[in-house]
Amino acid sequence: MYDFNALYEANTLQEALELKATYPHALLLAGGSDILIKLRDGKYTGCDLISIYTLDELRGVELLDDGTIVIKPLTSFTDVAQNPILLKYVPTLCEAVEQIGAPQVRNIGTIGGNICNGVTSADSATTLKAYDAMLVIESQKGKRILPYLEFNLGPGKVDLKEDEILTAITISKESYNATYGHYIKYAKRKAMDIATLGCSVNVTLSGDKSKIERLRIAFGVAAPIPVRGINTEKETQGHPVNAELLNLIRERVLDDVTPRDSWRASKEFRLHLIQELAVRATREAIIKGGGSIDD
Amino acid sequence: MLSEPNQTKLTQKMPILTLEEMMSIVGRSLNRVDASDKVTGKAKYTGDLVTPNTLVAKVLHSTIANGVVKSFNLDEAWKVAGVVDIVTCFDVPDIAFPTAGHPWSTVEAYQDIADRKLLNTRVRLYGDDIAAVIAETEIAAQRALKKIEVTYEEYKPLLTIEEALANTEIPIHDEFPTNIVKSHKYEIGNFEEAIKAPNLIKVEGEYETPIVKHCHIEPAISFAYEEAGKIVVVSSTQIPHIVRRVCSQALGLPIGKIRIIKPYIGGGFGNRQDALTEPLNAYLTTRVRGRPVKLEYTREETFAFTRVRHAMHFKITSYLNREGDFVARSVKAYSNQGGYASHAHALVANAINAFRMMYPVGAIKGEAYTVYTNLATAGAMRAYGIPQISFALESHIDDIAKVTGLDPIAIRKRNMMKLGYVDPITTITCHSTGLEECIERGEKYLNYSEKREKYSKQSGAIRRGVGMSIFCYKSCVYPINLETSACRLVLNQDGSAQLQMGATEIGQGADTVFTMMAAETLGFTIDKIHLISRQDTDVTPYDSGAYGSRQTYVGGMSVKKTAEKFKAEILKFAGKLLKRDPWDLDIVENQVVRKNKKEPLISVADVAIEACYSLKESIHIAAEETHHCSDNTYAFGVCFVEIEVDIPLCQIKVVDIINVHDSGKIINLQTATGQVHGGMSMGLGYGLTEYLKFDPKTGRMLNDNLLDYKLMTAIDTPELHADFVMPYDPTGPYGNKALGEPPTIPVAPALRNALLNATGVAVNSNPLNPQKLFYAFKEANLI
Repeated sequence: MYDFNALYEANTLQEALELKATYPHALLLAGGSDILIKLRDGKYTGCDLISIYTLDELRGVELLDDGTIVIKPLTSFTDVAQNPILLKYVPTLCEAVEQIGAPQVRNIGTIGGNICNGVTSADSATTLKAYDAMLVIESQKGKRILPYLEFNLGPGKVDLKEDEILTAITISKESYNATYGHYIKYAKRKAMDIATLGCSVNVTLSGDKSKIERLRIAFGVAAPIPVRGINTEKETQGHPVNAELLNLIRERVLDDVTPRDSWRASKEFRLHLIQELAVRATREAIIKGGGSIDD
Repeated sequence: MLSEPNQTKLTQKMPILTLEEMMSIVGRSLNRVDASDKVTGKAKYTGDLVTPNTLVAKVLHSTIANGVVKSFNLDEAWKVAGVVDIVTCFDVPDIAFPTAGHPWSTVEAYQDIADRKLLNTRVRLYGDDIAAVIAETEIAAQRALKKIEVTYEEYKPLLTIEEALANTEIPIHDEFPTNIVKSHKYEIGNFEEAIKAPNLIKVEGEYETPIVKHCHIEPAISFAYEEAGKIVVVSSTQIPHIVRRVCSQALGLPIGKIRIIKPYIGGGFGNRQDALTEPLNAYLTTRVRGRPVKLEYTREETFAFTRVRHAMHFKITSYLNREGDFVARSVKAYSNQGGYASHAHALVANAINAFRMMYPVGAIKGEAYTVYTNLATAGAMRAYGIPQISFALESHIDDIAKVTGLDPIAIRKRNMMKLGYVDPITTITCHSTGLEECIERGEKYLNYSEKREKYSKQSGAIRRGVGMSIFCYKSCVYPINLETSACRLVLNQDGSAQLQMGATEIGQGADTVFTMMAAETLGFTIDKIHLISRQDTDVTPYDSGAYGSRQTYVGGMSVKKTAEKFKAEILKFAGKLLKRDPWDLDIVENQVVRKNKKEPLISVADVAIEACYSLKESIHIAAEETHHCSDNTYAFGVCFVEIEVDIPLCQIKVVDIINVHDSGKIINLQTATGQVHGGMSMGLGYGLTEYLKFDPKTGRMLNDNLLDYKLMTAIDTPELHADFVMPYDPTGPYGNKALGEPPTIPVAPALRNALLNATGVAVNSNPLNPQKLFYAFKEANLI
């Protein structure tokens, strides 16, 4: 049984924004796969809830004329994983969300919820960060657009004001065009698990596949929030595709991360995984991009 | 001379059949008798039976691991709407009681340790039961729990065996001033003399096993009410008759004033071979004038505050000659009991007994200690101490093979238990063994020896390895404990019969094999046996319940004995009707026939209807018998496994795995295979992923849920292979021996030995989880 105070159900986005303005402390309930667990644990006892689950206007994936991909936040992981637009242009995201929980959780859980609860282990977060996703955030006062890279403020804390709702996640054509990615979720089980470490890499190769034009790398559980490997990205730009590249990545990623010791895994083990996964994900991304690499 | 040609003729027509060959139902792969009800949702579990006006109880668990409750402030809690009663550790009867699901011993020295009360003032683990709230709703109970303020006197938590042995100023239980629950020693032959022999090789090793959890699907649950002057507790338990006795002890009431009802349950694996929520709940209903009270643990409470598997530490020393014969062996074992005794020392005692029995060669000595700590209370769990010793012993055998260069299978075959072995301490005798054939089949299936040789010479990041291990396991607890089982059969007017067992169905398939056994002995078809699955201690014949692997072995004997008596009663009445001698009659497929003939004389249905309604001599045909079991026998088995190790990722993938079992005659191949698969799954978790973690400062269990406790999922589980070698055991009711627990035993050591083969790295504790492998590989300079 869930010990909450009130549940408000929004029928339109407009209503949801009104409710959020009226009850600023209320929690937004999308799929509920995180909130209900915390409510059961007693963390939100007596809270108010605003359900936005029935808002189909916030559900689905679109391709705009300029090539921008728009992912609405209530799209379930199952729908993200099977979406033809995403499968064609950002398959890495589909592969990433397919590793969340189990089929039941993927049916109910939403991509917007996954990034708004702000945890470092979110499986969609690393890939969305690695593709420089932008977030559209609305309130009754208006709309703002924010790079997802600036959204996470700390563990479980995101840049979402009390009256605001995330209404879209976008990826520009420039970000995914001729770009190939790979995500590795390292967990202790193949299902029903959260990542011990997540690593998402995407590369844009030169025409002859011999050089890295752009490499983007993001990690989950390597820092208090999902992070990009900024130093690694800078140093690999223009680098020839060779074994030396992988060695460089193995060294440089350590400057980009700050994992911690926890009872789930030691810092030392996580650092080892960060290096190993960065190299493996890069190699896979390069192969997908038509390059070849030996180490 | 007429008889001679006749005899010849008989022999030609009907070759002499063995007991086994004469069986027509036992040995077949039949569907479970409860399959349809369970998959269609008709089967009722405790939670389904709770009546609508039932109150809800919640337990307040301590937030310290070691100390004393000084006082409560209940003022705010009482103000919560819907609260009916609040009970604290200062209110409950001042009676200490035992919880272990053992048959009661009438000899005081062998009685289980009575070391807890319904609610405890002296706190012995993080989460000890210190108070309870009864409320109209779950939410009201939860709200009230949060408002209870507790004042403690706090002591330092003693979380390891070393800490508990070193800190005895304030013992965890006053009655045990050294924190040692019990210790004992044995010696077979003269160890010190034996090791003086020349040219012996000495191998030593220390091995450690973790605390793990049963993870049955249904959490701990009961509901209790008063009716007809009795306290009735409906509970998810493996042991209704024992729980009845424990409740009577805990409340200080006569046993006849307690009634326990056990419906279908969602698994047990030994956790429910203990009184869990029942004694407290029996008391709580008396606090509210007998209104029904439900006490259902959450998954987290079930994890942390029911029972766990004992963590054990073993030091093994072996001396052997150049040929590989054991000359002397010793084991020293420490078992972490946690806060309360539960089954206590019985498990580690079982472990060091198996150490002796498995390789009963040369001088052998064992020494074991069970130590109280402020961790979760350990009790029974599938195979009762044997997965622990098997991990240590079977790892040790491969360590010996590595040191000596001898073949691991050869060492085992030279030294393992053989047919006719009589254990010098327990007198348990090896009445049948197919172990050698189990090893051969496993070896052949995996091509183990060839692969082991090949894989020992690898380099690179991804490597393969093969490993194996063997075990022996007792079929019941005789002569250490009482083994008794009763059964009742009642004839219906249509020639079918109710079969009522004290032995319990806990998901393992007991009801199905009992039905088959009864049908077999009676000459009935399966559909004529109506098994009453639910136990109700007011009406169900006595049996200690489902534990050990005793149900088919001991319960089976009571079915057989009762069915023989029942059949004799039917034939006695049939004889009168047919005017024939009953000894010349038999039943085949529900028809009364002459012995060794096929032509039906009268159907059992016709006999039954006449018996029931006869105006001359009606009789209600029934039989009830007790089997007092005074024998035991060993089951055996092996696991062979092939793994792939990704060294940089510190991950193990199981490529192929097989368990081959000698459990004597298999009663139902299909359900037996299911048992083996389930046991292997549990063994894989024990070997690779499962262990409970505790906060080193507070003693709080950290991974008390199915997300953080890495029970394997379906997708993590490799294809499981099961095979059986079936010697007909002369002591088993139908040639059968233990099977329920054994499949979980050999998997973890086989995995560990496969890792040794793949990498040369000997990891001496399970599970082989990634972080542990990371440090082991680092130390071995593999990463």
